Amino acid sequence: MTETTEPTDDEQLESEEAQSVQDNPKNLHGCPFTESHGQTVLHSQGDEYYALIETLKDEGYEVCVDLCGADYMGNDSRILPSTVSPERFELVVNLLDVEAARRVRIRVQISETSPHIASISDIHPGAEAMEREATDMFGLQFEGHPDPTPILLPDGWEGHPLRKDFSMGRIPVQFKAVDGR
Amino acid sequence: MTKLDHLRNRDAVLRMSETEAEERAAVVDPDDERMIINMGPQHPSTHGVLRVTMELQGETVLRSKPVIGYLHTGMEKTAEDLTYLQGPTNVTRMDYAAPLFTELTFSLAVESLLEVEIPDRATWIRMLMCELNRMSSHLLFLATNGMDLGAVGMMIYGWREREEVLRFFEKVTGLRMNHNYIRPGGVAADLPDGWREDIRSILHVLPERLEQFDVLMTGQPIWRERTQGIGVITTEEALALGATGPILRSTGYAWDLRRSMPYLAYDQVEFDIVVGTYGDTFDRYAIRLNEIRESMRIVEQCIELMPDGPYRTEDRKVTPPPRARIDESMEALIHHFKIFTEGFKVPPGETYTAVESPRGELGCYLVSDGGPKPQRMHIRAPSFVNLQTLPHMMHGGLLADAIAVISSIDPIMGEVDR
Repeated sequence: MTETTEPTDDEQLESEEAQSVQDNPKNLHGCPFTESHGQTVLHSQGDEYYALIETLKDEGYEVCVDLCGADYMGNDSRILPSTVSPERFELVVNLLDVEAARRVRIRVQISETSPHIASISDIHPGAEAMEREATDMFGLQFEGHPDPTPILLPDGWEGHPLRKDFSMGRIPVQFKAVDGR
Repeated sequence: MTKLDHLRNRDAVLRMSETEAEERAAVVDPDDERMIINMGPQHPSTHGVLRVTMELQGETVLRSKPVIGYLHTGMEKTAEDLTYLQGPTNVTRMDYAAPLFTELTFSLAVESLLEVEIPDRATWIRMLMCELNRMSSHLLFLATNGMDLGAVGMMIYGWREREEVLRFFEKVTGLRMNHNYIRPGGVAADLPDGWREDIRSILHVLPERLEQFDVLMTGQPIWRERTQGIGVITTEEALALGATGPILRSTGYAWDLRRSMPYLAYDQVEFDIVVGTYGDTFDRYAIRLNEIRESMRIVEQCIELMPDGPYRTEDRKVTPPPRARIDESMEALIHHFKIFTEGFKVPPGETYTAVESPRGELGCYLVSDGGPKPQRMHIRAPSFVNLQTLPHMMHGGLLADAIAVISSIDPIMGEVDR
């Protein structure tokens, strides 16, 4: 599928294409898609996400290479197709087709008020640990996850460290004169 | 999809929180033949601080769960507070046995967002250093793998050979580990004088030493008995669990990013991908041993084909002006100062780059908001994902073999926990 939709090498054309994608997004598997540095990115809505991953698996993307969250609080520089309404959180899933040696990335918008999304761990068992990590770090809740326990954080930890409003917890260092000088 | 049902239904994974596992471990129920034990986090064979919660029936492992996070220091959060030039100092501490690969994948991601081309020499230096690092990482594996299985002599030999490579790294980068050598825009410094001779002397001693390892381990009946047929995993399972690197290749599936999706100049060198047949612990050991030989082939070609030229990009956006210019130009001084204090700005966007580390696909997902620091930096750590295969490999095996299986996954806990 990337073959038919790839923009030409000409940079001028590429940027025009990016602009036109933004204005009237093309669809792929029913999802608006963009190109980012030569990589195919699909933008999915929360309710279509599970079905999309299933479709892509049938298409040959059988390895879930990576799954992580991202917090866009205070970032207005994000370029999204016009049909996608930006939300605070994004779930980013990287799928790999090992037969055809191609990748696809799916960005799902997740709202701050209800950070719930279907778990894909029954399609890709390998996503299990990564979803647990996203829960730890961003507080995304994966529905249908078989083991939603903390993975990197200790049990009972409060807060989600990779959220932008989670402070670094840095203690200011006070430089004092050394005694006796 | 049906072929994967057994992955979910076999019940190899112990789904239980840390706290619950601890409580269950303390209770002894005489009627229940199963018991929960915690191995680690301080067990020497767990390569750092990996804790495995296992459900045992006698000596047989039923279900298990790796409990991780003991080394979690929030490095992805730290990365959001460091400039792109400071970034490699942070990521290099993730996989401390193969630090150059994390630096590489991070630098490739930054360069992809910046859309800067790096000079040929930088590419080849990166490739040379990474292959040497693959050798040192696999030598470390041979040392720890041997020690875990009772070939204690390997502990000394593996570390000794690894030290040869690290000595060269020290000469090039100034440090044995955590080099901060590969940086956005190229590498930190050119190769030192006499680097060819230094590498040739490593390449001269290693083949003979590797043959000694073959005598000590590969052909040895005790070694084979302890590793063959232990911790078997199939290609379907490995792919479904996202396992890459030697674990996937041990099942006979020749997937190596250097060949399948070439980066740097891997399409210009000759090497073979080493694959196994049975997906067992022995295959994973043999793959790593032979990958050292393949890496040596690549290193030899790097010595031959190393082009001349600058070792970092001439793009003034990321590279400070030359030292001589700073003495005569105020603007150059300001430019230099700006790059190292404020950092260079990276255009908004997001990208994912992946390289083949000694442990599998090492990826970097980078989001920039247009400022000098990343908005989000995520490292796809191969050890973290590969560790998910552990319960499936150990299921139904003996407790004593669990050590062999953990060792054969070769997890680096710094990378798992980040």
